[in-house]
Amino acid sequence: MHLRRIIAIAKKELIQIRRDPLSLAMAFLMPMLLLFIFGYAITLDVNNLTTIVYDLDRSGISRELVAEFTASGYFSVVRSAESPREIDAYLDTGKARVAVTIPEDFSKNISANRVAQLQVIVDGSDSNTATIALGYLDVLTDKFAQRLSGSSAPALIDPRIRVWYNPELKSRNFIIPGLIAVIMMVIAALLTSLTFAREWERGTMEQLISTPIKPLELVLGKLIPYFLIGVIDMALSVVMTIFLFEVPFQGNLIILAVISSIFLFGALGLGIVISIVTKSQLVASQIALVATFLPAFLLSGFMFAISNMPAPLQAITRIVPARYFVAALKDIFLKGNPFRYLAADVIFLVVFAFLIITIANSKFNKKIE
Amino acid sequence: MLISVGRIKQLVIKEFIQIFRDKRMKAIVFVIPILQTMVFGYAVTTDITMIPAAITDSDRSLESRELARRFSASGYFQFAAAPESPAAVQELLDRGKVTVAIRIDHGFSKDLKQGVPTAIQILADGTDSNTAIVALDYAGRIIKKFSRDMAHPASAGAVRIDVRQRAWYNPELKSKNYNVPGVIAMVIMLTSLLLTSMAIVREREIGTIEQLMVTPLKPIELMLGKTIPFALIAFFEMILITAFAVLKFDIPIRGALYLLPLSTGIYLLSVLGIGLFISTIAKTQQQALMATFLYYMPAVLLSGFMFPIENMPLFFQYVTTVNPLRYFLVIIRGIFLKGNGLSLLWPELASLFLLGVVVLFLSTFRFRKRLE
Repeated sequence: MHLRRIIAIAKKELIQIRRDPLSLAMAFLMPMLLLFIFGYAITLDVNNLTTIVYDLDRSGISRELVAEFTASGYFSVVRSAESPREIDAYLDTGKARVAVTIPEDFSKNISANRVAQLQVIVDGSDSNTATIALGYLDVLTDKFAQRLSGSSAPALIDPRIRVWYNPELKSRNFIIPGLIAVIMMVIAALLTSLTFAREWERGTMEQLISTPIKPLELVLGKLIPYFLIGVIDMALSVVMTIFLFEVPFQGNLIILAVISSIFLFGALGLGIVISIVTKSQLVASQIALVATFLPAFLLSGFMFAISNMPAPLQAITRIVPARYFVAALKDIFLKGNPFRYLAADVIFLVVFAFLIITIANSKFNKKIE
Repeated sequence: MLISVGRIKQLVIKEFIQIFRDKRMKAIVFVIPILQTMVFGYAVTTDITMIPAAITDSDRSLESRELARRFSASGYFQFAAAPESPAAVQELLDRGKVTVAIRIDHGFSKDLKQGVPTAIQILADGTDSNTAIVALDYAGRIIKKFSRDMAHPASAGAVRIDVRQRAWYNPELKSKNYNVPGVIAMVIMLTSLLLTSMAIVREREIGTIEQLMVTPLKPIELMLGKTIPFALIAFFEMILITAFAVLKFDIPIRGALYLLPLSTGIYLLSVLGIGLFISTIAKTQQQALMATFLYYMPAVLLSGFMFPIENMPLFFQYVTTVNPLRYFLVIIRGIFLKGNGLSLLWPELASLFLLGVVVLFLSTFRFRKRLE
């Protein structure tokens, strides 16, 4: 293996990258854009649910109940319905997500110590929001009932709740660290998946083949400049996460750097393999998106918990490198565990990087077909 | 300005031949939509069940065991461990082996029998805040019910409110019903955008576009010839995914079926327009790929596909008004889940149409200028 040849290829690739400033700009813009959107626009936290209230009781008590719902910040009453048909209309058109009907004997039942009823309809289309909305309603109704009962009948069992690692339960704190993994995977794929195919299509690959260069030297040489871009993107993302989004950082920067580098190596390698195998930029781009973006986004545990998935899919996530990187990132940012807890993840990433480079090496044929 | 349909037809045929000359493309056009549907249908479930939990029961009484039984019987929790010490609990949570750790102290049943208020400790891993919130909610409800059942009849002064809940459109609250129809929109957008922009830029990169320019082809014919094939592929994929969704995932279609191809057609106006636009700013396929993705990701994230628009800050809510995907999603979900018809969906259809016309107009203008 000649280091000089690898560096020569790296320099050539760098020159070619510089000739395409638009792509380079996009490579740096993309992580920032994604982080920006995830940091500011997107939240899984559910608040201000549009609610329509059909109050048939119109008593002081029913009005107090509605006031409690509004005061919580979780519900926003957009309409006091005058007929049941309005409920249909509002839910069908999506003007309201929640409909609360208070029957006319509500306050009478409460005063007489009978069980009072409350009818709640939620728009179940978005089951995530619906489940959380129902949960909030339960809690608020319970609190209301307790308040009315006075302190004469306290709850027999008081659950003392403490939340670790992310005490304010900010969804941002768990989404953004995982997002870094997705961003890195995507950038790596987009940058490297076309590089070999491009040379085949342009015809410059034949010139490269006629040199004494070995496949491994070519692969490594092409990898280096994109690795550098990836490292810069990684640093940018981490800085934004910690300083702009104030996600806590409990772990060790050096460990973060090491794990990220190993992951980046493997991800870039995957892009290169796709590029080598497909030889067509059009085909490579589609396969790259499906083989890297989809798994990283959906199957890495970044947003959707792996434990919720059916067993066969859970098995598939074991070969998704992003899964291990996401776990490591969440750990480093939120838990700050000692390194030995991360060892299993790191070993997988190392094995993956090693394997992928081996595959790239074997798949590259210095032959013209 | 006579447009020759014959010339356009020839271009469309040529495009199909070129695309499918690569046998892998046939597989890609077929397989990828199904793959995405499968992954979205199965993986993207925000339904939270079987939350790994740990319980430390220092009381070991009938009551404490009954409470534990209720937790596992609920189907929401799955007891993975019974740690004996706080250090063991710490390790379980640190390693992420459990999400919730419950501790029942000695004296629990004694207090219950005497009607003395007692406490249970619940530790939750807040890393995944969504799961944590739902887990705590479930735990709270189970404990509350248990508390009420154990309570003495003497607490007759208690106010009891019974909440009758119903979920419309998706009564079992299955998230796949919400996600899978949306996949149609996403897949159509990705394939159409990618194919359109890459195919046009590819000709430019390889050099064959100059050959096209010396033919009597008018710019508008070139444009139509380059976008119609991908519109056809998009329709094909729409049918494929819909069939798959209905047959394999049991997603209901409650609305009028004719609205589906109609709205897809209007949606494609914008998508193909954007693909054309990207082809005018990208000189190489690499640039086309990155530009496509640079548009695609924000478009998907800010469309209401996974994250409700109402929860976004006002600024971003305004941004979503120019996102065609936003309207298409409302239409698709309306057709599948709510059984909405033209009467309810016309505002979204109109907005989609307007957007499509504007985008196409701008892109066409740029495209023609570029050709000169």
